[in-house]
Amino acid sequence: MTAVDERPEAEIGKARRRKEDAHLITGRTRWTDNLSVPGMLHLAMLRSPMAHATITSIDPTDARSRPGVVAVFTGADFKDVQGNVPCAWPVTPDMVNPGAPSLAVDQVNFAGECVAVVVARSKAEAQDALEGIDIEYEPLPPVLDMDQAVKDGATLVHPNTESNRSYTWVFESGAAGTGAPIDDALRDAEVTVSRRFVQQRLIPAFMEPRAVMVEPSGEGVTVWSATQIPHILRVMLALTLGLPEHKVRVIAPDVGGGFGGKIPVTPEEIISVLVARRLNKPVKYTESRSESLMAAHHGRDQLQDITITATRDGTVTGLDVHLLADMGAYLRLVGPGVPILGAFMYNAIYKIPAYRFVCEGIFTTKTPTDAYRGAGRPEATFAIERIMDELAVELGMDPMELRRKNWIKHEEFPFTTVAGLTYDSGNYEAATDKALELIGWNDLRAEQQERRDSNDPVQLGLGISTFTEMCGLAPSRVLGSLSYGAGGWEHAAIRMLPTGKVEVVTGASPHGQGHETAFAQIVADKLGVAFEDVELIHGDTASSHKGLDTYGSRSLAVGGIAIVNAADKVIEKARKIAAHLLEANEADLEFSGGKFRVAGSPGSEVGIADAALAVFAAHNLPDGVEPSIDAEATYDPENFSFPHGTHLCAVEIDTETGMTKIRKYVCVDDVGTPINPLIIEGQVHGGLAQGIAQALFEEAVYDDAGNLTTGTFVDYTLPSAADLPSFTTERTETPSTTNPLGVKGVGEAGTIASTPAVVNAIVDALRPFGVNDIRMPATPERVWRAIHGGGKHRAAGGTTAYGGASTSTSDGDGGDLQ
Amino acid sequence: MIPAPFEYVRPSSVAEAVSAIGAAGEDGKILAGGQSLIPVLRLRLAYPTTLVDLGRVAEMQGVRDDGDAIVIGAMTTHHDVMHDPLVAEHAPLIAQATGTIADPQVRHRGTFGGALSHADPAGDLGAVALALGCEFVASGPGGERRIAASEFFHDYLTTALAPDEVLTQVRVPKLGAGWSSHYEKFNRVAQAWSIVGVAALVRRDNGSIAEARIGLTNMGSTPVRAAAVESALAGADVGSVAAAAEHAADGTNPPSDLSGQADYRQHLARVLTKRAVLAAVGS
Ligand SMILES: Cc1cc2nc3c(=O)[nH]c(=O)nc-3n(C[C@H](O)[C@H](O)[C@H](O)COP(=O)(O)OP(=O)(O)OC[C@H]3O[C@@H](n4cnc5c(N)ncnc54)[C@H](O)[C@@H]3O)c2cc1C
Repeated sequence: MTAVDERPEAEIGKARRRKEDAHLITGRTRWTDNLSVPGMLHLAMLRSPMAHATITSIDPTDARSRPGVVAVFTGADFKDVQGNVPCAWPVTPDMVNPGAPSLAVDQVNFAGECVAVVVARSKAEAQDALEGIDIEYEPLPPVLDMDQAVKDGATLVHPNTESNRSYTWVFESGAAGTGAPIDDALRDAEVTVSRRFVQQRLIPAFMEPRAVMVEPSGEGVTVWSATQIPHILRVMLALTLGLPEHKVRVIAPDVGGGFGGKIPVTPEEIISVLVARRLNKPVKYTESRSESLMAAHHGRDQLQDITITATRDGTVTGLDVHLLADMGAYLRLVGPGVPILGAFMYNAIYKIPAYRFVCEGIFTTKTPTDAYRGAGRPEATFAIERIMDELAVELGMDPMELRRKNWIKHEEFPFTTVAGLTYDSGNYEAATDKALELIGWNDLRAEQQERRDSNDPVQLGLGISTFTEMCGLAPSRVLGSLSYGAGGWEHAAIRMLPTGKVEVVTGASPHGQGHETAFAQIVADKLGVAFEDVELIHGDTASSHKGLDTYGSRSLAVGGIAIVNAADKVIEKARKIAAHLLEANEADLEFSGGKFRVAGSPGSEVGIADAALAVFAAHNLPDGVEPSIDAEATYDPENFSFPHGTHLCAVEIDTETGMTKIRKYVCVDDVGTPINPLIIEGQVHGGLAQGIAQALFEEAVYDDAGNLTTGTFVDYTLPSAADLPSFTTERTETPSTTNPLGVKGVGEAGTIASTPAVVNAIVDALRPFGVNDIRMPATPERVWRAIHGGGKHRAAGGTTAYGGASTSTSDGDGGDLQ
Repeated sequence: MIPAPFEYVRPSSVAEAVSAIGAAGEDGKILAGGQSLIPVLRLRLAYPTTLVDLGRVAEMQGVRDDGDAIVIGAMTTHHDVMHDPLVAEHAPLIAQATGTIADPQVRHRGTFGGALSHADPAGDLGAVALALGCEFVASGPGGERRIAASEFFHDYLTTALAPDEVLTQVRVPKLGAGWSSHYEKFNRVAQAWSIVGVAALVRRDNGSIAEARIGLTNMGSTPVRAAAVESALAGADVGSVAAAAEHAADGTNPPSDLSGQADYRQHLARVLTKRAVLAAVGS
């Protein structure tokens, strides 16, 4: 007799299509703006058209008399109760947080700040009545340029501060004991290369605009919000507004994208709660696309001064990084910490003996910044990968050889870096070799030479980016050491239903990632139940009471492990029941494919579903055993996980127009053990699109007065599929050793790695024209000016720094270096 | 955002439309495909009191043959223009340029006449209409009149149409034998407006270029003809196209904005003109 393996096919590793796609893609689902409750009123926000001004008078009388208007509130109406929009990350003990009102009271500090709210019976009536609010401003000078903002005597954004510097955060390997003193490395350097890179301001531009609906109930509220963080929002609303936490319920229905843009607690959420409670009526607010681009937080916006030192033979000896990071007008939930996350990543995959990182958080009169896909890590990866190329040129070395010489070898893991993190696993050699082969590197190099030799109007450039990132935010003790206001654990519960179906509760609140599919695959394998029999419950603090939500590529690496641990507990509880039913010893039972069997005696078995039914009936249970095999688990990771990869990009540049076209893009990512390769590929594709967009297309531009010029999608040029190449995405698999699934995060990988690959390729194409840097986005005009200005134009930049990060266009990106 | 309140009228003939727009007075506005007008209303950059929707005026839709010209109804959508056999036969330049406008959604709603009446210098059809020598037919209280393309575009978003006139159709002269054309558009992302565009019509005769007509998009406050290139090309052989194209920016005054400073646009006009003419002559 041949033994038949009855176990279902393994779910982990299966490229399943996502369960959630049918409703997310068709939109036949519950988005916050689709919802309504009886008696609901609508809100419209009056927003400041001025970047910096005092409010000299505000008169809503006319608005109050408009048709359908129920009430109009200004900052004065809420100033005693609104508290401050919370910031949970005081990165240094002396960080200056001047406070952030939800409704401005007597001063506005960025164009788009809320100054009044109209409540009306319909959305149209609310918007019409905005024009009836009479408001006068006394303009103050805008503060737009970080270099200027930190100078003595600069206009202060906030009158209650002494400088526009919120904090200065310092890490130095000599002092930290993680490496040698940086000053020695700088002093003894044989070769030193310095650059200033500009991380332009980006707009997360999620598809579903932010929306919030609030229903008051006695002492509390129910809040539906298009948010990434229902659990954190609940705590923050309780703390900020003094509401009893148990009377606050937050629901994140289906959420249409976030990219970090829906991490903070927003002024609009707080205003909606205040209004609902003041009127004791349900209210809803949904922002328009224009409001979203202007007032939802922005990302990046850093000036990076970076110096790398090396020996003549190409051994990197030190890295010195100084950042000015634009906080915008206010500190949002994790805004100050975003650039600090980069502190651990500038050394990247390399063995660098000495390292210093200094970051100054600066106030300007622009939209506040906070997390945007990658949060601090794309900026770090860009700077190190760009300067490695410049160092290679300086040394006359092949840029890949320089990287190989300095990266951590496969056999050297686990490896503790100069920034103090211990990388658990990785194989940079394998990923790189595979990527080089897939793109046909040598043939492309040969073609590049031919095009150079023949003065072809279309030049070819090859760009490299190797990267790693810390993801799976985060070990709670690490967050504690960084003064973050919360932990980094995640919670899960598994409920076994009497019919053998399974409900899984997660605290990771998805907004497009595919949790419902990937988590069901894990549970199906662990418990030996069918994929279809697993339902995920998430995003409602009443049903999923505990969690820390979704960001920082943490859902699988932290939330997924909590689910695994809960499943293990379910199995252990079921084992007792099975042993009782089989009249066997617990220790003699094997569990596989969803069934308990006595080792060595096939035939009699009890399925996990049988155990679930047995505890439901509870007629025949062992003594002292509760009638439940449900279980929950809270998992706090011991370490981050460190996905890595090698990304290679070949660009063609039309030297007559400056147009860059990506000819080939190859990436080999190592995200550990794959749960669902299709989801991985989707995450990588989307990530690449966003990272490439930073390199080529996107920039939030302000005019001299501090108004957002790129306030619509006509000017804020998001690429579409038509602007991007067909990607070649492959994987190597080096399991993480810090979690039982061996998984690493993938949500941000593509964004982190792709930007420098593209820019390195452009600069590589343009080297013969004397170009050694290009500012992002590398628009056709910037590329053309770089070529024809011999690197001397501001648009191109060079070894000499740019004239500051002012993105004002009035002095012309085409102007000469000032 | 939601537009400010307005009255709404939906006539079903040109005559009704003309009287409706007359009755609406100064603050009346014609609504065609709404692709330019509705965003302006939603951002509350305009407050018309009455909208006259031409969507039901059947006589303004479609393309017909009228002897030495084809006649394109002002309310013909971009999509229908692109796929019309008469346009394909007699004015492929229009079909090609229309295909570069925005995306399928916009092309299914936006109209040929709406785009030309809107007269955005970054719009692609103005330069094409200039090069083709189209005639614009307008109806107003005083009856119907024809306006030459060269007289139609007055300034940024401003045309020869009076506020109480409706553009009803555009007459496109049929080109004789020997003509070929190309529209060369340069933009940063696929669905964006032109940074610069060049419409080239070329008549070949015995291997050399007998006649060329070049229209430029976004090189000034209106679409313009590149007259200096046209005269340099008359009678020239294909080898001298590059030299002729060097005159493409002569006398132009292009805007400076986020997509490009004026000098870059002038440079692009020269490069793109060379490419457009060479593509038109098939080399
Ligand atoms: C995302 C997007 C991208 C675009 N990209 C491009 C592009 O790349 N190239 C391009 O050329 N265009 C582009 N457009 C514009 C598009 O071509 C529009 O269709 C066009 O500008 C307006 O046509 P419409 O029928 O929608 O007119 P409407 O928006 O309805 O009207 C526009 C204006 O013309 C007036 N008007 C309309 N019809 C008449 C008439 N018959 N008589 C008198 N006045 C009239 C209206 O009163 C209004 O002032 C884009 C539009 C969008 C939304």
